[in-house]
Amino acid sequence: MEVCGGQTHGLLRYGIAAELEPEVQLIHGPGCPVCVTPSETIDLAIDLARRPGVLVASFGDMLRVPGNSESLQLARAQGAAVKMVYSPVDAVQLARKSPDTEVVFLAVGFETTAPATALAVRQAETLGLSNFSLLVAHVCVLPAMEQLAASSDRSIQGFLAAGHVCSVTGYKHYQQLVDQYRLPVIVTGFEAVDLLMGILECVRCLEQDQPGLINAYQRSVRSNGNAAATRLIDEVYQVEDCRWRGLGMVPRGGLRLRDRWRPFDAAAKFGGGSLPVLQTNDCRSGDVLTGLIKPTDCECFGTRCTPERPLGAPMVSGEGACAAYYRYTSHSSDRTISS
Amino acid sequence: MCLAVPGKLIEWTETAEPFAAAIVEFDGVRREVSMMCVPQATAGDYVLVHAGIAISIIDSAEAEKTLQLLAELDEGQQ
Repeated sequence: MEVCGGQTHGLLRYGIAAELEPEVQLIHGPGCPVCVTPSETIDLAIDLARRPGVLVASFGDMLRVPGNSESLQLARAQGAAVKMVYSPVDAVQLARKSPDTEVVFLAVGFETTAPATALAVRQAETLGLSNFSLLVAHVCVLPAMEQLAASSDRSIQGFLAAGHVCSVTGYKHYQQLVDQYRLPVIVTGFEAVDLLMGILECVRCLEQDQPGLINAYQRSVRSNGNAAATRLIDEVYQVEDCRWRGLGMVPRGGLRLRDRWRPFDAAAKFGGGSLPVLQTNDCRSGDVLTGLIKPTDCECFGTRCTPERPLGAPMVSGEGACAAYYRYTSHSSDRTISS
Repeated sequence: MCLAVPGKLIEWTETAEPFAAAIVEFDGVRREVSMMCVPQATAGDYVLVHAGIAISIIDSAEAEKTLQLLAELDEGQQ
């Protein structure tokens, strides 16, 4: 299983997945933070963006993903104050320049992204801003990998770990997956050559029946990760149990702001409340995110569910597995043959 | 989401925390990037940038090896 959605897109874009099948089956992992963000969080962000004097900022990918009824992008078209930013730090500058506007940054992403949002809070505090806050929906990748490894119906024989998460966190903590579940874990990058290197190392481990922990993305990843980045995360966030869209509750699978940073917590500031959890239609994104089915196995794929009219987040996100299949495979003919 | 882009550090513009920043060039485009997580980086280094902040310094020797592999792949295709 390649963990990161960026890797999934690479494998499809470069034709690697198709070239290696059926000998090597690539199971696509849950590593699309936008896809696993609970729909209620998006609904709450939309609710905030509609309030007078509040502006919600986030990454472009996040704006397109539907909540229970609509996306931030659609809400913006209807007049809600929503802005796409490249960096959380840019959102801090928006707050500095518009002291009368409450700027809420919808903070999604894995450990790769958490240092940037933690830094935003640090900067906002230093600048004395009281009109900047985070709606935190960060998730942690290792607990989800553990959950998948422990699952009884798993077909996963090895992990290609997400290279950029490891750039921040390092990879020593993956040893427990290797020891406990006898699964090789290969830290893997995103270019075609990186992906091939990761797969090669994984296949070698499996052929020799020697599951190991190997770094196949050495130009960016050190075993201890980036100390300054992990310090930032630890200073601002603490780990908590977290519900992932598609996976359900993941113990220790998310981050929340430490009490010291509560003034910057949008959920506390605006009284988030609890929004109803709605079950979505026929979308099987949960099965896609856990690698149980391929996107093309879903009845809705390419027919009732397309990037223009998505039923689930993996079809709309730039890292979603369904979007990758829609974009890079001849899905229509596949479906004709299989039906 | 976890997309990160390598860029060349041109010059530091600020060293005071938490606003440490530098100009980084990506394929000819220059942008200010937060350097809080790579305080040891110097001009000429390649850094990996995600969401406006540099998250690692690219090891040039390892990058050379990857480029070499890439060239071999290209040769294999011809």
